Amino acid sequence: MDEALIDLAEHVEAAVGEKVAREDGGEELVLRVGRDALLEVLTFLRDDANCHFKCLVDLCGVDYPEHPERFEIVYNLLSHRHNFRIRIKTSTDEDAPVPSVSGLFSSAGWFEREAWDLYGIFFSDHPDLRRLLTDYGFEGFPMRKDFPLTGYVEVRYDDEQKRVVYEPVSLTQEFRTFDYLSPWEGPLPGDEKAESA
Amino acid sequence: MAEAQIRNYTLNFGPQHPAAHGVLRMVMELDGEVVDRIDPHIGLLHRGTEKLIEHKTYLQAVPYFDRLDYVAPMNQEHAFALATEKLLGIDVPERGQYIRVLFSEISRVLNHLLNLTAFALDVGAMTPMLWGFEQRELLMEFYERASGARLHAAYFRPGGVHQDLPEGMLDDIAEWASAFPKFVADMEALLNENRIFKQRTVDIGHVSLEDALDWGFSGPMLRASGVPWDLRKAQPYDVYDRMDFDIPVGKNGDCYDRYLVRVEEMRQSLRIIDQCVRDMPGGPVVAETNKVAPPKRGEMKQSMEALIHHFKLYTEGYRVPAGETYTAVEAPKGEFGVYLVSDGTNKPYRCKIRAPGFAHLAAMDFLSRGHMLADSVAILGAMDIVFGEIDR
Repeated sequence: MDEALIDLAEHVEAAVGEKVAREDGGEELVLRVGRDALLEVLTFLRDDANCHFKCLVDLCGVDYPEHPERFEIVYNLLSHRHNFRIRIKTSTDEDAPVPSVSGLFSSAGWFEREAWDLYGIFFSDHPDLRRLLTDYGFEGFPMRKDFPLTGYVEVRYDDEQKRVVYEPVSLTQEFRTFDYLSPWEGPLPGDEKAESA
Repeated sequence: MAEAQIRNYTLNFGPQHPAAHGVLRMVMELDGEVVDRIDPHIGLLHRGTEKLIEHKTYLQAVPYFDRLDYVAPMNQEHAFALATEKLLGIDVPERGQYIRVLFSEISRVLNHLLNLTAFALDVGAMTPMLWGFEQRELLMEFYERASGARLHAAYFRPGGVHQDLPEGMLDDIAEWASAFPKFVADMEALLNENRIFKQRTVDIGHVSLEDALDWGFSGPMLRASGVPWDLRKAQPYDVYDRMDFDIPVGKNGDCYDRYLVRVEEMRQSLRIIDQCVRDMPGGPVVAETNKVAPPKRGEMKQSMEALIHHFKLYTEGYRVPAGETYTAVEAPKGEFGVYLVSDGTNKPYRCKIRAPGFAHLAAMDFLSRGHMLADSVAILGAMDIVFGEIDR
C-alpha cells in the first residue's frame, strides 16, 4: 500500500479510534465499521481537512449467505483534493436497518434505493426508499444468492385479455449450469484429514 | 369572482419520447410550465447484467460490458479488464496498452459525437446529427477492422486485447485524425454562437462545484463545474501517463459549458490518438501467459500443451485469486467503475458496475427544479444519458 494511504489510515484510526478496523485490501484502503458508528465515521471522512472525501462514488450490497450477518454494504469514497480512494464496509442481516447516508451524500439516495431493491437491505431514515430497477409490483430481491437466475415469473401479452399477464416461469429447456471448475486444483476433498492428522 | 382553484399538473414524460434518450420515464409535477418535481422511473432496460456475470466466467463476462454503454463499448471493457488484471496480478505488454489507449480515445470521440449532436437535436438543431453520424460510421469501421464487430467488440480482454491490428490500419486512423478537425470546426460553426442554441443552454441546469461533488458527478459534468479532475491524469492507467493532453474545464457549470467541454475533449482525444499512432511499439498485444490468454492458433496445431490450454481456457476459464478491487476508468460519460469480488473460483462472486450516468440521472430532480418544462429536455440532453449503463 502507498505511503500516503498508510498515513491516512493511521490518521483515521487515531481520530475515530476503535470504531474502525483496517482490512487487508491489497493496494486499496479498506475499513470495516459497525452499523452504529457508520454515520459518525463517514461524517468525519467527509469533513476532516486531511480526508476531504466529498464524493460518495459508489454504494453497493454484497450477499454472503454463510456469514452470520449475510449482507455487506460497501461504500467507495473519493477525495478529489488529496486523490485518495477509501472503501468502508459494514454488514447487516435481513431485518436490521442500516442508517441511511443520504443526508451526508446526496448521491447515496439512489444507490441505497438500488441496494434495497436488489438485496432487501433496509436503510433507516431514507427519504424515499422505493424500488428502483425492477418491475412495478416486483416481489423478491433478485441479487440475493438464493434467488434463481431465471426468476419466478415471466410476462407475455395476452391477446384475449388485451393486457400483459404474469405467469410462473416455464422453461422450454431445463436450466443448465455449466460448472467446469476443475476439482483437481485447490483443496481437494479429504485434504482436511491430512491436516488434522 | 371566485378564486380559481389551481392544481399542479402531473405529466408523464416518456418512456417513448425521443428526447428521453431511450427508455426513461419521468413523472413530472408542473406548476404551469415550471417544473416542481421530477421523479425518474428507470429500470425499463434492466437485464440483470450483474446477476448474469456472477454466473459466467471472467472471459464470458466481457461482452456484457459492451452492452452497458453501447455508445462507447470499449471503455467499459477497459474497466473490467483492468480490474481482473489487478486481481490476477498480470501486466499487459506495451503494444497492448497502446492499442487500448488508442481505442479508448476513439470510443470517446464516438461517444461525444453522438451526445453532442443528439443534444443539438434535442434543442432544435438537426444538421449536426446528420453530419456526426457520417463520422461515427468511419470510426465504427475501425472498430470492425480491429475486432470484427461495429458495436459489441469484446476486444479488450483481461491480459490485453484480443487480436493485433490489421496491417495499414494505423495509417488510416492517422488519415482520419487529420481530417476530423474540419468536422469539429464545422459543427462548432453551426452551434457555438447559434442564438437559439445558446438561449436553450446558457445558464440552464447550473451546478455549483460543491453540489457536483455531493451528487457524485464525474467526467464532463464535473469538469464543466470547474473541477480539473480526470482519472486519466489523476490516477493514470495503461500508458496514459506518457500521453500529453490537457483537461478542459468549464466555468459556469451549465449545459452550454458541458457542451464546450465535450467539444474540447474531442480535440484532446485527437492529440492522444496522434501520439498513439506515432509511438505505437511492436511486440505482443496480450500477456504471454497461457494461463490467461489463449495460445496462438499455429501453436495449437503443433503442441499438445497449447491445445490443452486452449481447451481449459474456453471451458473452465481461469481462476482469479480471492480478493476484491474497485477499479475505475475515465469513460466518456465520467467515472466508470467496477467493484469486483473474487472468491478464488473461475466466476466473479460479485461484480458491481458503477455507471456515471446513474449518479447524473439521480440528480435530475435537483437540476430541473424551478426550470421550465422545455429546459428539462436540454438538461437531460447535456447529461449524456444511455440506458444500457444506468439500468444494467
